[in-house]
Parts: sequence; structure tokens; C-alpha cells
Amino acid sequence: MALRGNLRDFTITQLLNLINLAGKTGTLVVDGPADQAHVAFSNGKLAFARVGQDDNRLATVLHRANKLTVNQYRALVERAGEMTDKELGLLLINAGYVTQEDILINLQEYFAGTVRRLYTWVEGSFRFEADLLPPDDRINVRLDLENLIIEGSRQLHEWEQLQDEIPSLEMALKFTDRPLKNVNLSVEEWRVVSYINPKNTMKQIASANKMNYLEIRRIVYALLQAGLVDIVRPEGVTVAPSPKMFPTRDKEEQKSLVNKLIGRIRSL
Amino acid sequence: MQTVKMVVTGPFSAGKTEFIQSVSEIDVVATERKISSADERSVKEATTVAMDFGRITVDEDLVLYLFGTPGQKRFDFMWEILSEGMLGFIVMVDSTRPETFREARSILETFRAYAPTPYVVAANKQDMKDAWELEDMRHALRLDPKVKFLPCVATKRDTVKTVLLELLYSILAEMETGG
Repeated sequence: MALRGNLRDFTITQLLNLINLAGKTGTLVVDGPADQAHVAFSNGKLAFARVGQDDNRLATVLHRANKLTVNQYRALVERAGEMTDKELGLLLINAGYVTQEDILINLQEYFAGTVRRLYTWVEGSFRFEADLLPPDDRINVRLDLENLIIEGSRQLHEWEQLQDEIPSLEMALKFTDRPLKNVNLSVEEWRVVSYINPKNTMKQIASANKMNYLEIRRIVYALLQAGLVDIVRPEGVTVAPSPKMFPTRDKEEQKSLVNKLIGRIRSL
Repeated sequence: MQTVKMVVTGPFSAGKTEFIQSVSEIDVVATERKISSADERSVKEATTVAMDFGRITVDEDLVLYLFGTPGQKRFDFMWEILSEGMLGFIVMVDSTRPETFREARSILETFRAYAPTPYVVAANKQDMKDAWELEDMRHALRLDPKVKFLPCVATKRDTVKTVLLELLYSILAEMETGG
């Protein structure tokens, strides 16, 4: 079924978050104001990215990263025109021009840079094609999305949207099961992380760090988007259920009443 | 006569009124007004401005009231009033309109902050071909895996019954664990 929509309603960062948490494989096709972007994922990790007709062949990427000289680049383009990136990569490694690590790091940087360009696209539509896999002849990477999501989330500054996302600062935070490793956090983000505990409300964390409500919301939003934390009711703060919930205070009568409701709904 | 209530909330045009209508034994007392905004009018003609109100009589001593909240943000002052004393709440989300997911998240968080009552989330219009898959919606709505997230077609009584029953099971489970 459809995973499609509009960038005005669903940002690139939110899409990356969804793909990351769902561990999706396929290609996100984004139709922006001037170009079309293809971003491929494998099990929720970034595998490949291209905007429009950008030349993202291995030789070009390595040349731009100063891993190949102009002469080497020209020679490769002339002689290896028919070669796939995978074949070219093997050739360059065997010839001692670059290492496998060079290739992977530079491709990762290039693809991540391509995704960052999409953060500026606020108009356009998207669709996720589960059947469209990364090109077979190209070298795919496996880049975790958390850092890209956090970077993208930092760009959200609109007070109104942040307030929509996190309406109450009286709630607390807890870490999800996702490990907090290899995540590039700023000093301010680490300061917030150090206070994350279901006993501390977001308001208390803001106060302890001398942050205003906009700052704390922005940081929490990035952590939420990256799937690193969840919003929970603060522990140890007992909110008494409203006495108006049940017409009786007797626990057994309350249970009997709920069972009656269940029976009645079933019979509808 | 004893009464209890549940609240049905969610963004504009999520299907709250239809949901209540599907199971209410009385015609829903809807406080609908014509929509003035052209954008919103393209989605539906009228919207709830105060609340919807449905009723299910359990027996001669007990009645369940279903309250539907207004979906438009400018009427959110009604939400806290309606949530007072609720047994639990249902958040309705239109599976075909991803542009409303952010608002649904916001409404859910707002209601969670009001009261520690059980809730379930219902993905309405799951019978439409452009409906998002439940799993994708769960991530987009940032729902914890423990939160009950149920497919629903608000005009079909069976699916509405399932949503109400799941909420009641959650209420019962919470009472059991809470002693």
C-alpha cells in the first residue's frame, strides 16, 4: 500500500526516521522543485543516493575527494568508460591507488551530502518504491541514518511546529532500545542526554541546563526523530485518576462495570 | 442511573463523528458547522465545533457516553473539558492523509499529558487503496510497540466494536495491575 505524500506535510527527516525505524529496503523517490532524487536504502540504512543527473560515478567521487589526480581521473574516464563502479573499484584497489576504506568512506560522504541537499526541499512529493533496489552495478554503502536524522532535525526551528511535536514539557523521557552509539551529538544535546531519566520532566531538564523551552524542545525533537528516546509519563509523580471516572469507588464494582461494558459492546 | 464516558479524538476529518455514529443507539448529537476555509471544505463540508455525543445503554443502571472532540486546533480549549473523568480515549487517524499525522501525534501527546488513562489508536479508512500501511503509520506516529494500534473503518460497526473492546480490555488490564 501507499507510502507517498507531500514534503510540506512530511519532511525528509521524518521520512528518514520512518525508514530507519521500519528497517526498510527500497528507494525513496523525491520530486522536488527542479530535480528528482533517488535515495536507496537497505534494511533501514542508506545505500545509494543521486539527485537528477548528477555524476556520482566512483571515479568522479574519488576525484572530487582528491583521491585521484586530474590525470588519473581523465585516464580512467577514457579507458574505463564501460567498466562498472564495482569493477573499477577492484581495479583501483589492486593498483594501489586507493584502499577499500577510501572508497567506502568517500561514497558514504557523497551519498550523505546528497541527502543533506534534500533538507532544503520543502516543496514536492515523495513515494517509497519497495521494489526499486539500488543499482546493481554501483557500489552500495551501509550508512546508519541516526546522525543524518539528528542533523536534519536541528534545522527545524519553527516554534509552532516544535510545540505541536512536544506539546507538554511536564512529560519525561526514556531511552529506547536503540543503542546510543556512533551518534554525533552536540554539547547541548549531550547535556540533555545526561539528564534523561523517566523521573525527570523535560521542564526540569531544561531548568537544570538553563535552557529555554524552545531549546529543550528542539533538542528533544532531534532525539525523538532519531528514535533514541520516547516520551513517557514521569515516574514517581502520581496523578490520581479523576474521581469522576467511575460512579463508584469500590474496585470490584468498577471491574464489574467494565466487564458489563465489554459484554454490551460485544452484543452490538 | 450510572454513567461513564470515553473520548474519541483525532485531527480534523479523521472520522470521529462516523465512528460514534456507527455504534451509538441515538443519532449522534453533533455540533457541526459549515466550514469556512476553502482548503478544509475540500475535505468535508461541516466540522464539529464543540463535541459529538453518542450513547450506548448497557442496562437500566448503566450508560456509556461517547464524546467526540472537535478536530480543528482552534477548538482545542474543549479537549481538556471533555477529557475530565474519561475511562479512556481513542485517537482516530485518517490512514490516507499523512499530512494529518503530525497533528495526530500532537493530539495524542496532549491527551496523554491530561490524564494517565488507557488509550488506543485507530487507523481509519484502512479500506482505501491509498491508505498507509499500519507499520509505516506506527513509525510515523511514533507509537510505542506496546500501544494498541488498530485498523478501522469508522462506518463499519464491526471494526468500531473491535476498537472499543480493545480499549476496554486495556482499561481492565490496567485495573488488574493497579490493584
